[in-house]
Amino acid sequence: MIDVLRLTAEGAKQLLDAREISGAELFAAYAERDDDLHAFLYRCDDPGGDGIPIALKDVIGTKGVPTTAGSKILESYVPVYDSTVAANCKRHGLRLLGKTNTDEFAMGSSTENSAFGPSRNPWDPSRVPGGSGGGSAAAVSGGLAPWALGSDTGGSIKQPSALCGNVGLRPTYGTVSRFGVVAFASSLDQVGPVAKNVRDCAFLYSIIAGRDANDTTTVEVPEVELPAAQDLKGMRIGVPREMNEAEGIEPGVSAAVRKTIELAESLGAEVGECSLPRSVDYGVACYYLVAPAEASSNLARYDGARYGLRSDGDDFREMVMATRHDGLGDEPKRRIMIGTYALSSGYYDAYYGKAQRVRTMIRREHAEVFEKFDLIVSPTSPTVAFAIGEKAGNPLAMYLNDLLTIPSCMAGLPGLNIPCGLSEGLPVGLQLIGPQFAENTLFRAGHALEQALAFDVVPERLR
Amino acid sequence: MSNTAWEAVIGLEIHVQLKTETKMFCRCRNGFGGGPNTQTCPVCLAFPGALPVPNRRAIEETIKLGLALDCAIAERAVFHRKNYFYPDNPKAYQISQYDEPLCSNGRLAVPTADGGVTIGITRAHLEEDAAKNVHVAASGRLHGATATLVDFNRCGTPLVEIVTEPDLHDADTAKRFLQLLRQTVVELDLSDAELEKGSMRFDVNVSVRPAGSVELRTRTELKNMNSFNFAAKGIEREIARQIGIYEAGGEVQQETLHFVPGEEDSPPIRSKEEAQDYRYFPEPDLVPVHPPAALVERLRAEIGELPGARIGRIADTLSFYDADVLVTGGLDRLWSALVDAGADAKEAANVLSNQFVAAGVDPGTVNAAELAKLVAARAEIPRAAFDEALSKAGDAGFAAAPYLEQKLVADAGELDPVIERIIAASPGQAEQFRSGKEGLLGFFVGQVMKETGGKADPRIVNERVRAKLSGT
Amino acid sequence: MAGISKDEVLHVARLARLELTDDEVVKFQEQLSAILDAVSKVSELDLADVPPTAHPLEIENAWAEDEPRPCLPLDEVFANAPDRDEDYFRVPPA
Repeated sequence: MIDVLRLTAEGAKQLLDAREISGAELFAAYAERDDDLHAFLYRCDDPGGDGIPIALKDVIGTKGVPTTAGSKILESYVPVYDSTVAANCKRHGLRLLGKTNTDEFAMGSSTENSAFGPSRNPWDPSRVPGGSGGGSAAAVSGGLAPWALGSDTGGSIKQPSALCGNVGLRPTYGTVSRFGVVAFASSLDQVGPVAKNVRDCAFLYSIIAGRDANDTTTVEVPEVELPAAQDLKGMRIGVPREMNEAEGIEPGVSAAVRKTIELAESLGAEVGECSLPRSVDYGVACYYLVAPAEASSNLARYDGARYGLRSDGDDFREMVMATRHDGLGDEPKRRIMIGTYALSSGYYDAYYGKAQRVRTMIRREHAEVFEKFDLIVSPTSPTVAFAIGEKAGNPLAMYLNDLLTIPSCMAGLPGLNIPCGLSEGLPVGLQLIGPQFAENTLFRAGHALEQALAFDVVPERLR
Repeated sequence: MSNTAWEAVIGLEIHVQLKTETKMFCRCRNGFGGGPNTQTCPVCLAFPGALPVPNRRAIEETIKLGLALDCAIAERAVFHRKNYFYPDNPKAYQISQYDEPLCSNGRLAVPTADGGVTIGITRAHLEEDAAKNVHVAASGRLHGATATLVDFNRCGTPLVEIVTEPDLHDADTAKRFLQLLRQTVVELDLSDAELEKGSMRFDVNVSVRPAGSVELRTRTELKNMNSFNFAAKGIEREIARQIGIYEAGGEVQQETLHFVPGEEDSPPIRSKEEAQDYRYFPEPDLVPVHPPAALVERLRAEIGELPGARIGRIADTLSFYDADVLVTGGLDRLWSALVDAGADAKEAANVLSNQFVAAGVDPGTVNAAELAKLVAARAEIPRAAFDEALSKAGDAGFAAAPYLEQKLVADAGELDPVIERIIAASPGQAEQFRSGKEGLLGFFVGQVMKETGGKADPRIVNERVRAKLSGT
Repeated sequence: MAGISKDEVLHVARLARLELTDDEVVKFQEQLSAILDAVSKVSELDLADVPPTAHPLEIENAWAEDEPRPCLPLDEVFANAPDRDEDYFRVPPA
């Protein structure tokens, strides 16, 4: 009856309006589907009504519903207040299907860092769905939710969307509130939509975006335009050499992206080469100084005093040390230590201070490119989905998954992933990146390409 | 016996709680009142996902305080995170300011009898206060094991931190500085600045050096002295202790002296605190503050003449001592009004500092024009009438007239018969007076005053008693 | 080449209140050294004239009026508390 694998949110709304299905049937179709992908950490009951169901990444605070951030240290934590984005969803009548799996504290590229076990890629369950928001991406592509919210710090929305073959938006920094969202890196975190198509993505973005008085780093946003145009006439698309020819990009990925760029030209876009001379080369190093530094401070509040796990200790200090030892996984520990080191006396200028200057350099390089182009394109991820366990033992190898998503994150720029083809039977993602507040441009371009590509978002093995 | 003269070098670090309606980074109610943890929210409890939102009024008041201290106001001020773990610090970082504070490079002139001294203000910045830890002994345990109970009501209260240059050189001036700073803050209506309640706190850094040298030797930090007298005593003792060490050939150790609040004579606990690495970095959840020029000018215009300046100005007319008493006693505004209404400057100062203070009336409620009339007629009306008038001077509709009518009896014709009667009743004392016991004059004068119910003019009584006793 | 010594690992672990077993110290020393090596790449660039990024957006003066909002009721304050003593949070002695 309800084709959960194919139905978009827009489609669901039409079915409801036409009374072809009931609200209860719609919710049940997702809620009763077996979650063999381990996309969810918690599934909710139907609250009633006929709002479109949605899944939220488990770093997004939901009042009365457990929010673990994928960590043992918050395993039993139930927020007493809603994040702004969750409240916005509620206000629009969206019904919560549940909380999706995430790498612990959003740190990772595969969900293998989740304290509760990894999620699986719906295209091939022996492979990772990407991370940190792999749960949301797996849910959307695996028929467990029509759409979802994720969070992106260095690529945690876009990369899972690439690996699972769906649409994910990392919004312009400051257009979506972080209030109530478990913080990882304050100057980089953004909540964003994960959906089956660009129109759904745009609509969900319009529900969550806007200035929030509870988050002073947010600003007003231009009105969202749901895309309809099928062409790319007048659009200037840049192809940064360094992003498209970086070391480590699989040939199958390159091929799919190149084909799509040619397709864009045929749709009327002006495509040209451009350069981001140092952003790719130094982006990962910059990110893995700035993000852990902020994280080391943001995660310091997990001390067993007021909520969450508490381990025993004879005095306060011992209790805190034992709690954090027991409750935090290896990846958060690594990042906390790197971050602490980068901020510590004698090292600040060389590490954190320097990284913030590199960040300015990255912003400037992007700004220069956007003087000539409306958006730039590249592969989202250098590879297609890799096997569970393949990179888990090697932190640095894992970090390189973010090579292509990180630079625009450092610049606070929006990026949209759309599936653009297959390589070895697995989805390849193309990212469209624009200047600040260029979401409508991304939606327009993404939608036109999506229509022309006609990529089937339903995983082959599930058709 | 030492031949070296020593100079003390003293710097102060003061914290003032602002009495805004709400906390610094959330809109929980600020201030005393509720039971433990009843004035808290996800932000000041540091729940996951909580974010700070600055209090505009707190920022403005900090700028105002900076202006009052003649500071430069930053074009661009930034909040920083100061990272450390402690139960009263729920985020494990305090949002404070580091190298881009709101106010810097100011000064406070402290008037003294011999001209005064100007103390440099290095900076004044804005931060949030910590929670309150209560260290308790758990009952029923053999070895007095303890726990720490935490109340987050205070957590997030806006706090202005003021740091002085090491420009103070003696305990008394340090005390005067603190008093003047406190009065300035209270007059600007920024804080109640009550030491017992903790809305004003201070730490003192003390070192000594040979007089005339410019070196800065090791300093110790004195904490938890919760009154100005306590501070003066503590500073003096520490100066003496350090001098003693140097004179005995030793070296002063860098230490923190934790005093027991309220117990001036208890010896402080000494600790050598390990240098902390606070890993300051700009607060990514907050954007910079760029005080608009119009705002700064508006705040500057609201300030008015501050207590230190008023002492200096009034000391041109009165003595320094009188000026100091009036201003620090909160009486100078009334004094100025009295003088404007025609009262004699010295007379008015005298009455205000003595009888008026004793009467306990709020100077803000007084009708100065009427009180001026009273002051002018002080010598002519009975003491009791004067005191009663003073006590009513703050009442609505107070008028001097009824009291002025109660003139003292100054007519010798009326007084002489009374005086003669009293002298006649004590011939022995009269004889002793005539043989030289001048002091006995008071014996007779007192009786006359009593007999006349205080209504006789004491000057005339004195004259007539003396005249009558001498037989003239 | 950048690297991190065992003492430095212990130092940052202490600053961050992370208790580590001896095995963990060894493991993390190795991993952190590799990461530090990679991130030290930023030292290759001469950016003395480039200001640090304060914020991705050029916003300033974001604040709120001094108007009270309702506080949390006590049952919500303590909803997730590991140890509540009447109306206080209890922790081991500091």
